[in-house]
Amino acid sequence: MSYAKKDEDSAEYGLFYHLDKTTVLQEARVFNESPIIPRKCRLLLTKITYLLYLGEPFGTKEATELFFSVTKLFQSKDTSLRQMMYLVIKELSGIAEDVIMVTQSLMKDIQSKQDVIYRANAIRALCKITDPSMIQGVERLLKAAIVDKTLAVSSAALVSSYHLSFVAKEVIKRWANEVQEAVNAKSSSSLTAGFSYMSFGGPQSPGQQPVIQSTSNITQYHALGLLYQIRQRDKMAVHKMVQNLSGSRGGSLVGGSGGTTLKSSFAICLLIRYACKVMEDDSNSTRQIYELLESYLKHKSDMVNYEAARAICEMEDVTSKELYPAVTVLQLFLSSPKPTLRFAAIRTLNKLAITHPNAVTPCNLDMENLITDQNRSVATFAITTLLKTGNEASVDRLMKQITGFMSEISDEFKIIVVEAIRSLCLKFPGKQAVMLGFLSGVLRDEGGYEFKRAVVEAIFDLIRFIPECKEAALAHLCEFIEDCEFTKLSVRILHLLGVEGPKTPTPHKYIRYIYNRVILENSIVRAAAVSALAKFGLLVDDAAVRKSITVLLTRCVDDIDDEVRDRATLYLALMNEEPKAVLYVGDDTTFALPALERQLVAYISEQQLQSKPFDLSAVPKISRAQEEAERARSKTIESQQPTLAAPSTKGTPSQPQKPGAATTPDRGADQQETYAQQLAAIPEFASFGPLFKSSSKAHELTEAEVEYTVKCIKHMFAEHVVFQFDCVNTVNEQLLEDVTIVMQSDNDELEEVVNIPAESLKCDVPGVAYVAFKKPSAEETPLATFGCTMTFVVKDCDPATGEPDEEGYAEEYQLEDVELLMGDYILPSYLGTFNSVWEQMGAENEMTETFGLDLDRAPNLKTGCAAIVGMLGMQAIDDTAQPKSQTMHTLLASGMFLGGYKVISRCRMMFNQADGLAFELTVRSQDANMSAAVMNAIA
Amino acid sequence: MGGIFSKVLSRLWGEKELRILILGLDGAGKTTILYRLQIGEVVTTIPTIGFNVETVTYKNIKFQVWDLGGQTSIRPYWRCYYSNTDAVIYVVDSVDKDRMDTSKEELHAMLEEEELKDAALLVFANKQDMESALSPSEVSNLLGLDTLKHRQWSIFKTSAVKGEGLTEGLDWLVNVIQGAK
Repeated sequence: MSYAKKDEDSAEYGLFYHLDKTTVLQEARVFNESPIIPRKCRLLLTKITYLLYLGEPFGTKEATELFFSVTKLFQSKDTSLRQMMYLVIKELSGIAEDVIMVTQSLMKDIQSKQDVIYRANAIRALCKITDPSMIQGVERLLKAAIVDKTLAVSSAALVSSYHLSFVAKEVIKRWANEVQEAVNAKSSSSLTAGFSYMSFGGPQSPGQQPVIQSTSNITQYHALGLLYQIRQRDKMAVHKMVQNLSGSRGGSLVGGSGGTTLKSSFAICLLIRYACKVMEDDSNSTRQIYELLESYLKHKSDMVNYEAARAICEMEDVTSKELYPAVTVLQLFLSSPKPTLRFAAIRTLNKLAITHPNAVTPCNLDMENLITDQNRSVATFAITTLLKTGNEASVDRLMKQITGFMSEISDEFKIIVVEAIRSLCLKFPGKQAVMLGFLSGVLRDEGGYEFKRAVVEAIFDLIRFIPECKEAALAHLCEFIEDCEFTKLSVRILHLLGVEGPKTPTPHKYIRYIYNRVILENSIVRAAAVSALAKFGLLVDDAAVRKSITVLLTRCVDDIDDEVRDRATLYLALMNEEPKAVLYVGDDTTFALPALERQLVAYISEQQLQSKPFDLSAVPKISRAQEEAERARSKTIESQQPTLAAPSTKGTPSQPQKPGAATTPDRGADQQETYAQQLAAIPEFASFGPLFKSSSKAHELTEAEVEYTVKCIKHMFAEHVVFQFDCVNTVNEQLLEDVTIVMQSDNDELEEVVNIPAESLKCDVPGVAYVAFKKPSAEETPLATFGCTMTFVVKDCDPATGEPDEEGYAEEYQLEDVELLMGDYILPSYLGTFNSVWEQMGAENEMTETFGLDLDRAPNLKTGCAAIVGMLGMQAIDDTAQPKSQTMHTLLASGMFLGGYKVISRCRMMFNQADGLAFELTVRSQDANMSAAVMNAIA
Repeated sequence: MGGIFSKVLSRLWGEKELRILILGLDGAGKTTILYRLQIGEVVTTIPTIGFNVETVTYKNIKFQVWDLGGQTSIRPYWRCYYSNTDAVIYVVDSVDKDRMDTSKEELHAMLEEEELKDAALLVFANKQDMESALSPSEVSNLLGLDTLKHRQWSIFKTSAVKGEGLTEGLDWLVNVIQGAK
């Protein structure tokens, strides 16, 4: 009995138990025997594959030897052996050398007249072993295979071509017609697809495999994927493709002409993604695409319904009316017996609830049922979605349910829950007591750093935005650091205590907690604690507190750690010098760090600058609040989920960031640093001095969908203006050389001094051209409009090889005008609180004027604010760029004029739907001319 | 059936296939010869990247014939297929006088291999249908076949396109291998 049982157990591992590479390689000698015993060889091949899948390392030499032994098996006609060989060849192709040796044999198998089962396998193997230079040799074969009547063969050819398209884009492009044919191919029952399952034993003669009919139409999916891969660069073609394939469904799309209807659900899902891509690129098509998506909501396949619903949920500026049908579909899925559907639906609703909580509200009842779902992921999403959509009354009940199941979910989901609660707190400040109780509760639970950090940050936000909870929250944090294993968190909390503690009515109660850290913790925490203590000493207006802080700090002077001692000594000294203390500890501004870093680097690298001390006043300052806002912004950018979009960048391996290559200007000051580095690398600009300002947004000089796209970025120097032109050539068959921008200025004061052409522009590789103008002097701020033309030499490229012709011809391309505006001379900068700077500047150089903005440019106060700030080139102070009222608002902004002069402005705005925006702008600066010049920025 | 062939038959019945390599420079006509032998037709060929392997039955004897590509880049891999080879058919383009030297070098380098020391050598002076073709004796001299020692060899004039000379060569091969057994 036991013997039999044991035998059964070992059968599970069977032959593969204790496989050893050396033995297997030894056994590979059977491949050289003649005649071949297929069964034995197949078994050995299986063992090799098994080893490869286990990750057993094979050296190049042994892999090559093995590969050549395997090729001997081509003498056998055994079908299953052949299939197994292909698997091994594909695996070895990455390791062994000279795998092209089987090219001929594979080609023969693919062309086999008999309908042998392994033709598809041979195609896949062939594409694996072919190197890009040889693709032309197999081109005819693959083209024929794509339109083969056997679907499995066609699929294999399509998928293989898809993979090849990354290495041989140009060759694959020529197959578009065949691929299109494969998309169109109507499936009919006479078409067959072979699927074979490996079976050991039993002689099998070629061509007599069981043939299974395929009904999945999967070929369409593969063909559509490849077709998009080929056409994705050509937006018109993609648009047309979507139109044709959506068939009669989106009636208005095709206008009656019946296109092909896709039968495969997978293919339709792909089509939906491409349709979204079209919509993204061309906002005019939104209406049509929406109708298409809506029609797909009624498709018979779940998959298609879901894909369409998700696409609608992720549309930009979607209205609640448009969302309604999609949400209804998702709502149905919520009660589906399939967990995948429930998960997909709740996840999408969860995401939607962030932007459109009201649209999701109708699903509340279904979601409440999901809280008890067996699948914890579904339950977590259900709860967090409910937290977003629920009203204040339901919060208590939900919180109770969450507390119940927090212990059952992993950290990852706990973080999601905590995030949801954080946003809920900010939404319903009245419920802060419950939430805070919950947060402090989970803070005591077991958990990793990421989770604890999420909780601590949630509490930080509470402190920041809900003043009522400050004391309770601080108390919880104090308790937490008593027993916190994460140094980073302790340090952050100590810092917060230092900032917030002194402002509370009873500061002394925190001092004990902080000082405990000085006694008990490691040096990093001790140093942070010393800084926090010092803030109490300096900021609390109570002699008793000061005295005790002095005593505590004095004790810290004897600490064993340098940093702790240094800080204690510094702060002790500061406590005796009131004015300095306020300057260093009480200051609420900070330097814009990227700018500071850039200027320091420039200072260190340039000898002649070092004769003078570093000029800190030229560094823009921002308030702490802004710094935090900036950080929060970059945080949200990082955390943004990839949206539902077709993979458009796949075809081009991402361009390495060369100096001078175009980069997306989205990171403000960081971006300017990149520019500064790029410009510094160009010798012609070396004498211009440090970069003052780069325009934050690239100005598009062409339409987005044309042959050549050009964007302009303005760089301001003390006496020079540099225009940077990021040019992209989107024409495949052309190489552009000597790309020069010719600029015609309408202002004689500006003199062109440098013009650097982009040497060559290959398709889709961005290039940069520069033009520099000199101003009459550093003080002058001439304004001008430039007519721009791009001149270049076109060389046509051979579509097959991509080799450009020897001879080119000259060509011109008209660009839109570039303007040099007053705002370009002003650097957005935070100078301090508005009132103090305003008073300090005084009224002597004040200018006031009244302006109007029509409805087109300012449909509401918010866009009006953005437009004015943009024109002035200044920085809005505090949150004055976010109007709270619909009709009246005061916008405050400050900046630094070229040369380091401060400018501050106040803008009183009035808005009504009939007349648009009227505003009164008051500017103060250190110089009357400057005030007038700034005023010109608007006029 | 003639007397001699029935004898051959009886001795080979049930024995293993004879393993034969067809080698030679690129464009000599190896693939054409292989398929002329296998299906009796002239097929259109493209340069062989790798190899073809086919079973050819001639007078009831099964030959397992390996036709290896002759391009410079593929010649180094010939040696991977030398083991257990009964005979080598070396194909020469009789018109291509410029590359006779190269052909000779490849031939002699191959014959030095230990694994091929017992293999018989059959040389086909191919493309005899062309006017400027060298005669078999000229080809033999240029290849230095006379200098070969301890080797059973013979040369035949052939035209794969016309199908001439191939069977004569195979007959010789069968005899030699029978003799060796």
